[in-house]
Amino acid sequence: MPAIFPRWTNKIPLAVGVGAPLVGAFLIFAIWYWWSPSFTDVGYRPKQPVPFSHALHAGDMGMDCRYCHNTVERAAHAAIPPSATCMNCHSQVKTDSPRLALIRTSYETGDSVPWVRVHQLPDYAYFDHRPHLAAGVGCVSCHGRIDGMDVVEMAKPMSMGWCLDCHRNPGPNLRPPSQVTNMNWAESEEAKSYDYKNDPERKRMPAPPVHCSGCHR
Amino acid sequence: MASSIKERDSLDPVRGRKLLVEGGPSFHDLTEQVCAPVESPGLAWWVAFLPSLGLLGVYGIALGWLLWEGVGVWGLNNPVDWGWAIVNFVFWVGIGHAGTLISAILFLFRQQWRTAVNRSAEAMTIFAVICALQFPTFHTGRPWLLYWTAPLPNQMEMWPNFRSPLLWDVFAVSTYFTVSLLFWYVGLVPDLATMRDRATTKIRRIAYGIFSLGWRGSTRHWQHYEKAYLLLAGLATPLVLSVHTIVSFDFAVSQLPGWHTTIFPPYFVAGAIFSGFAMVLTLLIPIRKWYGLEHIITIKHLENMAKIILLTGSLVGYAYGMEFFIAWYSGNPYESFAFVNRAFGPYAWAYWIMISCNVISPQLVWFKKIRRSPKALFVLSIFVNIGMWFERFVITVTSLHRDFLPSSWDYYSPTIWDLGMLIGSFGLFFTLFCLFLRYLPMIALAEVKAVMPEASPHFGEDH
Repeated sequence: MPAIFPRWTNKIPLAVGVGAPLVGAFLIFAIWYWWSPSFTDVGYRPKQPVPFSHALHAGDMGMDCRYCHNTVERAAHAAIPPSATCMNCHSQVKTDSPRLALIRTSYETGDSVPWVRVHQLPDYAYFDHRPHLAAGVGCVSCHGRIDGMDVVEMAKPMSMGWCLDCHRNPGPNLRPPSQVTNMNWAESEEAKSYDYKNDPERKRMPAPPVHCSGCHR
Repeated sequence: MASSIKERDSLDPVRGRKLLVEGGPSFHDLTEQVCAPVESPGLAWWVAFLPSLGLLGVYGIALGWLLWEGVGVWGLNNPVDWGWAIVNFVFWVGIGHAGTLISAILFLFRQQWRTAVNRSAEAMTIFAVICALQFPTFHTGRPWLLYWTAPLPNQMEMWPNFRSPLLWDVFAVSTYFTVSLLFWYVGLVPDLATMRDRATTKIRRIAYGIFSLGWRGSTRHWQHYEKAYLLLAGLATPLVLSVHTIVSFDFAVSQLPGWHTTIFPPYFVAGAIFSGFAMVLTLLIPIRKWYGLEHIITIKHLENMAKIILLTGSLVGYAYGMEFFIAWYSGNPYESFAFVNRAFGPYAWAYWIMISCNVISPQLVWFKKIRRSPKALFVLSIFVNIGMWFERFVITVTSLHRDFLPSSWDYYSPTIWDLGMLIGSFGLFFTLFCLFLRYLPMIALAEVKAVMPEASPHFGEDH
């Protein structure tokens, strides 16, 4: 009886033996890389309706974060400042800049500026800014060097695993609570020797929750 | 020869036992007869296939609506949040167990009569497990997140909870499916080579050629084959027992009166074998007739299967009695109530259907006339299938609908979509089974040939 398959088909098992692990390895890499928030989310940088520059305001002019995001220590939600906050200065400064036209209109008409939210957690995760600031987690730990960003972008993946890594081992991200808005603290001499367990400023130790109801209330 | 079923079984000239293939066909005749349905299916196949395809359409519609609209299209309510989906799941998994019992356990016990039925019984297992797997997948509210039950590293740093028997189900049923498929496929390889060598068209030759993996039937091939088959049989045997045990843990691990019972694991396994064998009879009795295979799947085979049905049916009956005894003996008011409620509550009709189908009807097998009559066994097997579906219904629903708190008592009625999923799952099953009959030899040729008297080295000797 003649052979059904040509001789080269003898090489198929070898090809499968070599190819299958390669395909498997590539699949694992592809899912790990392109499906992970550290690839898909980090660097998200939508265009904002008003070209607000954090690099100018927080960086060059050295404004404290809490001047605008004034609820961050007192509320779960860190507020986006209303147009009125902008107009505290911009009623005097750059009053006819076309880049601020939308702010002026908003201030006059009362319509909100349609800012685009960059850090968007799903609604089943109840993030609260207060305990993080109280525990001494600096802005930089989660939002990156905002003071160097002309346009805000996501610096961290905000994935559950990323949250849990810090909740399980918070030490590296803790600083004296008085330094939370200091963008340069990590480079300081104090940071190198800082041990949150021996910080006299702290009345109690942070106890980050790792159970479900910590966030998924 | 197919029609000449003798009242008394003829004897094997070598072993002196009952002959497994009647009418004395040669090896070649046997190959011709078994390959005929695959090589020229005939009208009967279409008559079976097209309605099956129609029912598969029902399944598609029921599933589509379920996914679109949500699991609330079913008749579930808050006390009874496991309804037909779980009933069907356990039903189908149970059906699947006879296949592995026939192919693995009877193989370990050297029961040669298994050879005529094992191929189709294993096919039945695989298709029944496919049907079963639909239900745990789609009874979840969000089936698209089912992969969360897999222990994979992920960006949430979350793992499944290994304490839940529903997670064990995932492992049990997927392992069971994989091992059954491998077992079936290993058994198929020599027969696929036969199909390859008989193929008349190029496509068939290439297709069977690929799947027969270059089988030439050398001694070395056969030696490895037998060893692999024995190993798989040894692996599949504990699987049969553990898989349905794990399915029974879904209930037995809970705290519910009527569910929290230690008898469940063996009792569920007995029920699975009981229903599985009934399904094998339901399938094989018409098939042997339509395909003229009555000399290969003989009355003796049917009789043996009926005896296993009698055995396991009696075990199931014992378990029903024991549940009632313990309910009374425990002195627990909830437990007693659960069983009184089964027999006399709003679902008493289901309970008594179950009792009459599962406890009373298999006892008819004691009568030789009945266990040697294909017609009677066919009817009986249908009753057993119905009864075993109701067993799962009774266990699931009657325990849930009235439990500890009377304020959470309710009555569960299925909707048309529950019915659609059940009927549709039969469509899925029969479609797959018809395709099996159409493309694969439904009798393990190589194995049947090995148990024919001619295969014995002593054949033709006079001592």
